[in-house]
Amino acid sequence: MTDDMKTLSREKFTFATDRDKRHDRPPETPPRGYFADAMYRFTRNKSSVVAAFIILILVLYALFVPLLFENAYTRSLTDTLTLSYAKLPPKARFPLPFLDGCSDKTVNASGYAALRAIAEETGVDPVVKVYTAGRQDASGGKKTVYYDLRVDNYKAMGMMLLTLTPAQYEALQAWQDETGIQAIYPAVKDAKQTDANIWYQADKKGAAKLDKEGNLVAAYKTAAEGDESYHSLRIPADDDPEHPLAYARVTGTSSARSYVVRVSKPAYFRYRYGFEPCFLFGTNDKGQDIFTRLAHGARFSFLLAIGISAINLLIGAVYGAIEGYYGGAVDLAMERVSDVLSGVPFMVVTTLFQLHLASRVGVVPALLFAFVLTGWIGMASTVRMQFYRFKGQEYVLAARTMGAGDSRIMFGHIFPNAIGTIITSCVLSIPGVIFSESSLTYLGIINLESSAMTSVGTMLAGGKAYLSTDPYIIFFPALFIALLEISFNLFGNGLRDAFNPSLRGTEE
Amino acid sequence: MLKYIAKRVALMLVVFLIIISMCFVLIKLLPNKPAEQFGKDKQLIEMRREALGYNKPLLTQYLIFLRRSLAGGDWGISESLYLGQDVWSKFMEKMPATVAVNAYTMLFSVPLGLLLGIYAALRKNHWQDHFISTAVVIFVSVPSYVYAFLVQYILCYRLRLFPFQVQSGTDFFSRQMFISMVPAILSLGFGTVAGLTRYTRAELTEVLTSDYLLLARAKGLTRAQTTVRHALRNAMVPIFPMILGEFVGIMSGSLIIEQIFGIPGVGQLYVASITAATPDYNFFMLLSAFYTLIGLLSGIIVDVSYGFIDPRIRIGSKK
Repeated sequence: MTDDMKTLSREKFTFATDRDKRHDRPPETPPRGYFADAMYRFTRNKSSVVAAFIILILVLYALFVPLLFENAYTRSLTDTLTLSYAKLPPKARFPLPFLDGCSDKTVNASGYAALRAIAEETGVDPVVKVYTAGRQDASGGKKTVYYDLRVDNYKAMGMMLLTLTPAQYEALQAWQDETGIQAIYPAVKDAKQTDANIWYQADKKGAAKLDKEGNLVAAYKTAAEGDESYHSLRIPADDDPEHPLAYARVTGTSSARSYVVRVSKPAYFRYRYGFEPCFLFGTNDKGQDIFTRLAHGARFSFLLAIGISAINLLIGAVYGAIEGYYGGAVDLAMERVSDVLSGVPFMVVTTLFQLHLASRVGVVPALLFAFVLTGWIGMASTVRMQFYRFKGQEYVLAARTMGAGDSRIMFGHIFPNAIGTIITSCVLSIPGVIFSESSLTYLGIINLESSAMTSVGTMLAGGKAYLSTDPYIIFFPALFIALLEISFNLFGNGLRDAFNPSLRGTEE
Repeated sequence: MLKYIAKRVALMLVVFLIIISMCFVLIKLLPNKPAEQFGKDKQLIEMRREALGYNKPLLTQYLIFLRRSLAGGDWGISESLYLGQDVWSKFMEKMPATVAVNAYTMLFSVPLGLLLGIYAALRKNHWQDHFISTAVVIFVSVPSYVYAFLVQYILCYRLRLFPFQVQSGTDFFSRQMFISMVPAILSLGFGTVAGLTRYTRAELTEVLTSDYLLLARAKGLTRAQTTVRHALRNAMVPIFPMILGEFVGIMSGSLIIEQIFGIPGVGQLYVASITAATPDYNFFMLLSAFYTLIGLLSGIIVDVSYGFIDPRIRIGSKK
């Protein structure tokens, strides 16, 4: 020991207790509440988070696509012209694989000639690629020549015959002059020809008659001077001033004349709707744009599902709370009621409601009633179980001794403790509703199809007939519903685990 | 046990009777389209109404219905769908197709589901388990008609392995017929297999972590022995009733799959009877009763088989 140490003053000493490290002090980290904890554990579950994002994307799609991507074409709900643009495959505005509007086709010689004719007349070649040309196939007795091609369906639309009023005809002409895009093509000699694409000499079956070099021979009508039955229209490409081409056949009476014209479908689309035809998800058999229509269907499905689970939650919570809280004879009597209701097959309920109510209150309310009639039973039994679990606990007894009434104990004390389970079963009931709704509309038991409204099930049913020829019509609705069901189930399972406090700490 | 069963059956019959009575009243209150389908002749319509028994008081009609249809098995004749034919015999005619498709589905999906579930439970937290569990989540969630479209497009159209629709005819055991039913069986099976796999895996993992299994291993039994003799037998207690319930459910079939694959079964009959311009109420009545009964029956069978398979429940009920 040194001298220094012996002379240390008393003040320099302190007690060696570790007062600062008391272990019974409240934790310094901020406490985490029930919902914060559930949120924390939910975010640790990767698949549920991914599912939540997918749901978010689908909801945003349903919400914003009808607002932002509607255009003159999708709004023209009762336009019969849309039939001319039916069954166009998906095409994006910028080049993307699979979404290029092309499809592989096998055509015979006259089909190939028709495609060549479109290329020659409009200057836009619909054939993107020729896989095999002139494949001979002798099956079926007769020798037939086939061509395997990749065709751009947007360019292969070709021509259609339109009957226009003089005002419409002049407006279209003015548009042509202004933009320099040719929409009206010369009339053909044979006025009875129904296929607007045939501008060349052909036999009755539509097979082209070629000249010696194998070229198509034009069969355009020329307008003779003084002939009032055809209308001529000068365009720069029309270079023979002696025999001007006739562009429109004049029909109707002298007071109400109309013009039958051959117009190019893509060009007329641009004139009519203001943009080049281009559909991200393609068009269905009626020519409706699948991209916006599916969004409308999705919006309906979401609204219906959320509305139904909200109503079921309300009824089921009150019913289950009363059952579970009072128990005994009340429970027994109320259970029998839900026994009977749950015994009725859902399909039968829907059918009965549809047959009885659809004509009176409309299809959607009738469907809503059917869903609600049996839908709340599951929620009621969940709530009932939770109430049986919690009603004997000390905090309930404490609340009662302090004078809380029945309804206060039920909804102020027990219900908040059961909220996790209730939210979970609410979320898990949504995919079930959407599935039932799509099945019912698919089967045609309920009919939600109208020009302004649709549902995913209706779109599936509409696309079923074209499964082998135009699979994209059914692909996007099916993909939508598959994604929706998977992500809702994953999301619901994640919620269930997150809201279950007994699983706390097991993940780490 | 017997008393329990009797009580359950009696309760079921009461529920069934209540539901059927409600259905009867609601169907009789519907606008009588079958009587009006023959034109605007008032006299003719009145005669049809009389012949169909609509002019009697509702209570009398109900008593006739109870006596003749529920007790006597005579469900009337078809009014529009198969005009003039006996509803009951037509229904029985449609039944085999539904049962055949669903029985085949169960035959392949029950063993497959059990095997996959057992395998996943034994390989818990290995990649095999993760793979199976992920696949199960996807297959359980995706609606069966989406598989139906996929199967039809890939197997029937692209690869041309199977015909698009189920063949007509009643030779359900012939090779040709079976091949034409494969797409429908597959589409129905995916969901069943996935559901059963998930259930089996959950039950078996719970049993596999229990103490008595550890004891069995400590006594010197091999892993295979403990799994088969101890774990599996206990895990089957909740699984077996579920399978049994599904077997009862095969008679009701799947409306949407029957529609897609053109199976001439009960589901198609139901859809046809109500979506027609003139709904066929006699078919509708019979099929409503049928679906209700199947639903109630499968519930009872599940509950009762619990008692048979689990001695704890059986003994408990005697007290």
